[in-house]
Amino acid sequence: MTAIAQIRQSLIVALWFMFLTFPILVIRVNTIENIIEWRWVNMLYAGAGSFLGSFAWRYLLERKSRAAGKDGGPVRTAEATAAEAKPWWRRLREERQYRYPALSVLAVVATIFPFLPFTSTYQINIVTNALLYVMLGLGLNIVVGLAGLLHLGYVAFYAVGAYSYALLHYHFGIGFWTALPLGALLATLFGILLGFPVLRLRGDYLAIVTLGFAEITRLVLENWNEFSFGPSGIAGIPRPGLFGLEMDLHGATIYFYFLMIALCLLTIFVVNRLQNSRIGRAWVALREDETACEAMGVNATAAKLTAFALGSTWAGLAGVVFAAKTTFVNPASFTFLESAMILSIVVLGGMGSILGVILGAFILILTPEYLRAFSEYRMLLFGLIMVMMMIFRPQGIVKGERRIYEFHRKPEDRE
Amino acid sequence: MNAVTEPLLDVQALTMNFGGLTALDQVSLQVHPGEVAALIGPNGAGKTTFFNCVTGIYRPSGGDIFVNPPGKRRRRLNGMKTHQVTAQGLARTFQNIRLFQKMTVLENVMIGRHCRTRSGVLGAVLRDPQTRREEREIVERSYAILEKIGLAGEVNELAMNLPYGDQRRLEIARAMATDPFLILLDEPAAGMNPRETDALEVLIRRICDEEGIAVLLIEHDMRMVMSISNRIHVLDYGKKIATGTVAEICENPVVIKAYLGEETEE
Ligand SMILES: Nc1ncnc2c1ncn2[C@@H]1O[C@H](COP(=O)(O)OP(=O)(O)OP(=O)(O)O)[C@@H](O)[C@H]1O
Ligand SMILES: [Mg+2]
Repeated sequence: MTAIAQIRQSLIVALWFMFLTFPILVIRVNTIENIIEWRWVNMLYAGAGSFLGSFAWRYLLERKSRAAGKDGGPVRTAEATAAEAKPWWRRLREERQYRYPALSVLAVVATIFPFLPFTSTYQINIVTNALLYVMLGLGLNIVVGLAGLLHLGYVAFYAVGAYSYALLHYHFGIGFWTALPLGALLATLFGILLGFPVLRLRGDYLAIVTLGFAEITRLVLENWNEFSFGPSGIAGIPRPGLFGLEMDLHGATIYFYFLMIALCLLTIFVVNRLQNSRIGRAWVALREDETACEAMGVNATAAKLTAFALGSTWAGLAGVVFAAKTTFVNPASFTFLESAMILSIVVLGGMGSILGVILGAFILILTPEYLRAFSEYRMLLFGLIMVMMMIFRPQGIVKGERRIYEFHRKPEDRE
Repeated sequence: MNAVTEPLLDVQALTMNFGGLTALDQVSLQVHPGEVAALIGPNGAGKTTFFNCVTGIYRPSGGDIFVNPPGKRRRRLNGMKTHQVTAQGLARTFQNIRLFQKMTVLENVMIGRHCRTRSGVLGAVLRDPQTRREEREIVERSYAILEKIGLAGEVNELAMNLPYGDQRRLEIARAMATDPFLILLDEPAAGMNPRETDALEVLIRRICDEEGIAVLLIEHDMRMVMSISNRIHVLDYGKKIATGTVAEICENPVVIKAYLGEETEE
């Protein structure tokens, strides 16, 4: 479409919008003085706003379709691929001269962040919270992003981890460091138990069943008073200790922050190693084409179960951490909305991309916090961002990339 | 019976019903070591269904499927899951290409090594020497296969970006990576131009003669079938109507009738 045509279209949209909003934006009946106020300025704003909005929308859509047309054809020469500008995240990941400085800067920022003069306990807390979601996102990324299993009940395993710690502490006085592996183990067992009957289902059916399972878990926790103390939950869960050191609230928050960083690093390490391993490749193949995957000798059931169980392990770990962080658990923390949030992190960030999921978690968790200034429009803006993302960048912020293998020998060197 | 005469694949009276439709009706068929066999027949004759039954994607309504893997004892494949059949040494390609689109060419082939390797989650995380050795073996074997197939230049390209003919060859490479003794090709030349078809013919002959992998292929390109096959099996409406060498099949009146349609008798 030519620019002129675009402008004309946008003008029509603007006129239509001005007409539509005329009654609410322009006319105001002043009931005290019984007169009608005509606010023509508002009409101007509405017109200008919708014109610009429509124009930007058209421009972005056109750009998107042009980009799709460019690599739409199946045939691409090697030169064309090489000549294509590398996206910034690939440069960061693949080229040493960018990668190491970037990582060092990140490490320094992460280390000094809690000690900066303007960082309050509140700010450390919300970043810690975001890190918790990084962990959850990366865990769910194994199931959804790599293995392609649409899991809508992730929060159930998160709850298993949290309640494991809460109940183990309540009944046996077990501390955080013992509860951490135990909670993970229990969540894994739970995952395997659920996975066995459920994983033969494909796609949408799996989504519904996992969703149902999560709701059942939450309802059980809410109603089985003797076991889980119902809606009132369990309070007084201790924070993790550090060799019996006494810490004030600020100190404890900082300690927790670093604990979360360590756990996230562990998660990144494990997921990174998994995704380019024999089992990780099998997951991706499973996501791409289950029938072909089985025909190539991959035991699909076993591969799915492994992904499901490992995802649950991470939800369990995160659950224990969550219980320790809030020192209180109740079923209200484990609603479907929470599952949806974690899934959004994975989808928005980029399925199967570690960097993407990390960015997704930070954006989705921190944006609402910093949007508090716009309090009542907060969730509206949040929704808008999500919709825009899915229209203009459905593959997520960072696209999942496959590993590149270098072969230096030439064919004739081989005997 | 000695090992030489035993057929690699021995299918007896295979029957497959879909509701009221009998897609395969008492089909018996043998594939012998060192041969390229072709399975031909008009559209809807049941050829793909035959492959699906043999590889465990469909559960046959009746009949027996046996394999005699070289150096191993005879096994019955009925009731085995698809991945178990592949582990026995039967690999296949698909009529409608089913590659792992968003994986690289090399990774597609590496998946084929899955059933011949062992390392699990713990190995992946710890990367112990055993796992690293296995991983290196996977990469090298896969690369070597791609060199043979002639796709070594595209190892890091996503499968979805390959031209059509290359995608078909990649499917063959992927199947070869599973170390099969018999490879089942479902219309490998479909959509190829004559030049690509000729190259494919050479490739299939080489797979059979140099790699020692027997081939059973479904193909509509009669020129290729006639020039490559040691033996031809003909299906029509789910029934096997003929088996024989190229010359025998060409002269078989039943086959000619099946292909040219019912002639009006004078
Ligand atoms: N899953 C299924 N359910 C019901 N009917 C099926 C199924 N698969 C195949 N059929 C039927 O079985 C018959 C044989 O199909 P098949 O795909 O095996 O034919 P084909 O010989 O491979 O044909 P083509 O040369 O067109 O590939 C057809 O009538 C088809 O409609
Ligand atoms: Mg077919």
